Amino acid sequence: MRDAPTTRAPEAAGDDVALRTALSSSPRPPRPSALSAALTFGWRGMLKIKHVPEQLIDVTLTPVLFTLLFTYMYGGAISGSTDEYLQFILPGVVVMSVLFTTVYSGVALNTDMTKGVVDRFRSLPIWRPAPLAGAVLGDCLRYLVAGTVVVAVGVALGYRPEAGFDGVVWAMLVVVAFAFGLSWVFTTVGLLMRAPNAVMNTGFMALFPLVFVSNGFVEPETLPGWLEAIVDANPISHVITASRGLMDGTASAGEIGLVLLEAAVLTAIFAPLTTHLYRRKG
Amino acid sequence: MTSHPALAIEATGLVKTFGSTRAVDGVDLAVRTGAVYGVLGPNGAGKTTTIRMLATLLRPDGGSARVLGHDIVREADAVRAEVSLTGQLASVDEDLTGRENLVLLARLLGLGRAAAKARAAELLEAFGLAEAAGRLVKTYSGGMRRRLDISASLVVTPALMFLDEPTTGLDPRSRNQVWDIIRALAGEGTTILLCTQYLDEADQLADGIAVIDRGKVIAEGTPGQLKASVGLGTLHVRLLDPDQRPQAEQALARELDGVHLEPDPAALSAPCSDADRAAEALAELSRAGVRIANFSLGQPSLDEVFLALTGHPAEESIEEEQAA
Repeated sequence: MRDAPTTRAPEAAGDDVALRTALSSSPRPPRPSALSAALTFGWRGMLKIKHVPEQLIDVTLTPVLFTLLFTYMYGGAISGSTDEYLQFILPGVVVMSVLFTTVYSGVALNTDMTKGVVDRFRSLPIWRPAPLAGAVLGDCLRYLVAGTVVVAVGVALGYRPEAGFDGVVWAMLVVVAFAFGLSWVFTTVGLLMRAPNAVMNTGFMALFPLVFVSNGFVEPETLPGWLEAIVDANPISHVITASRGLMDGTASAGEIGLVLLEAAVLTAIFAPLTTHLYRRKG
Repeated sequence: MTSHPALAIEATGLVKTFGSTRAVDGVDLAVRTGAVYGVLGPNGAGKTTTIRMLATLLRPDGGSARVLGHDIVREADAVRAEVSLTGQLASVDEDLTGRENLVLLARLLGLGRAAAKARAAELLEAFGLAEAAGRLVKTYSGGMRRRLDISASLVVTPALMFLDEPTTGLDPRSRNQVWDIIRALAGEGTTILLCTQYLDEADQLADGIAVIDRGKVIAEGTPGQLKASVGLGTLHVRLLDPDQRPQAEQALARELDGVHLEPDPAALSAPCSDADRAAEALAELSRAGVRIANFSLGQPSLDEVFLALTGHPAEESIEEEQAA
């Protein structure tokens, strides 16, 4: 039995010489730096977008829909004119679209965990949080796409940022910084939930009230006092205030600093938590 | 490569529990450096859990193990730096192409951009995947996926490779290809721990085998020793006419002991150690006028090994927990 010749089809496992050369041991390269490992995982995220571009449809179509709906449905009723309302809500729609996109970081991680490839990543001698950090970094590109689409649609509909192009860029960076922090919350959720759908539902259920109980779509002064207090304390209001301020050229350092602080706090709590859960899994 | 201790794997009393289930219940293993060692057992016996502990993916609840001289808990990073794992689930990314998978891993293992590309091309060529290199892995056949999976474990040649059921679900040709790869790898000096459900596979590849059942090692030895302890083989006979089975049973019993009536009303089997005895037995059948549809003289199956070693057939005892 042991010596029975195995027939080999032409396209079979290469020829013996190539196989043996490929298997002969080569010196092990030095371990990559944490940053290089994380960037490699970021590259993996880019490749996935390239091969499955459908995943950008959610990110691009939903914000377009939101912008159109809000402007034309509520513009007349709330601000008296769609133009004026668009000017008011556009920063809020940018924030909303980007933040909804962060839920997908958790969904993607949850999907990944059910595949064998995670075992391979976990058995590599690399900086352990690299797959997570890389994925979240890669997701930041998606956040930029989502934000850019909203601004582009807004401009097409007549939105004019007072602080011009630079203001929009700065606002976008602040929003993405906050989204980076928030995405760690959803990667934590992604590791705690059993199925990608559960992550999606939980994420949207948590985000919806937070996004709407904010200063994005109405002036807080028009609200009952208790609700106004909630709106003012809502971190998402802070992001909207900062980005609106940056686009209008009126932002204060305090407003921006508060958002960056909140992003840092979210990252400081949830990035280690995600890493811990990721290590413990399996 | 640094020099390695005589034993590549040294495990004592490994335990892992999932809830109230003791998936691994005190496993001891000693695998010589450079050996191909088979861990044989049915689904749920604890093979995968054992391998995942040794590969540092699971933390043991009890016992200890050293892999290539490094403690699997305290020196997990040192273990990871020298071993590769090809898991039961294909551990490749389906949404990337074969080439991208290998380049990704090469980069993560510290190869530069150009070196990573060159290494990926070399492996794809050697594993017969050069033509499919640019296709998404989700379009690959089972055999191609398995070969990519194994090549992904070899981007940097490991000192020790864990292979968890590398041929389960493959057609015979793909299985032979995988066996060739394992033989070539062993020829280059890599120690291999091979989990399998197939005695045949362990027999073909392994120098030593541990049989594992319900989380415990129940037998250990060379394939020869193991088969000798089990009985060397079985003659299977299938009749053209099931009504002739009583005559067939009588005729076989003249030559062989322990004739067994199979659930199939036309089939019989009997333990039989050599081909001459089998030929005599078949001659008896012919003299008795029993007409035979087919016959085979085979190695004992895993079921027969288990029956002999444990007194119970190799059933799926417990579902092995995958993640969490």
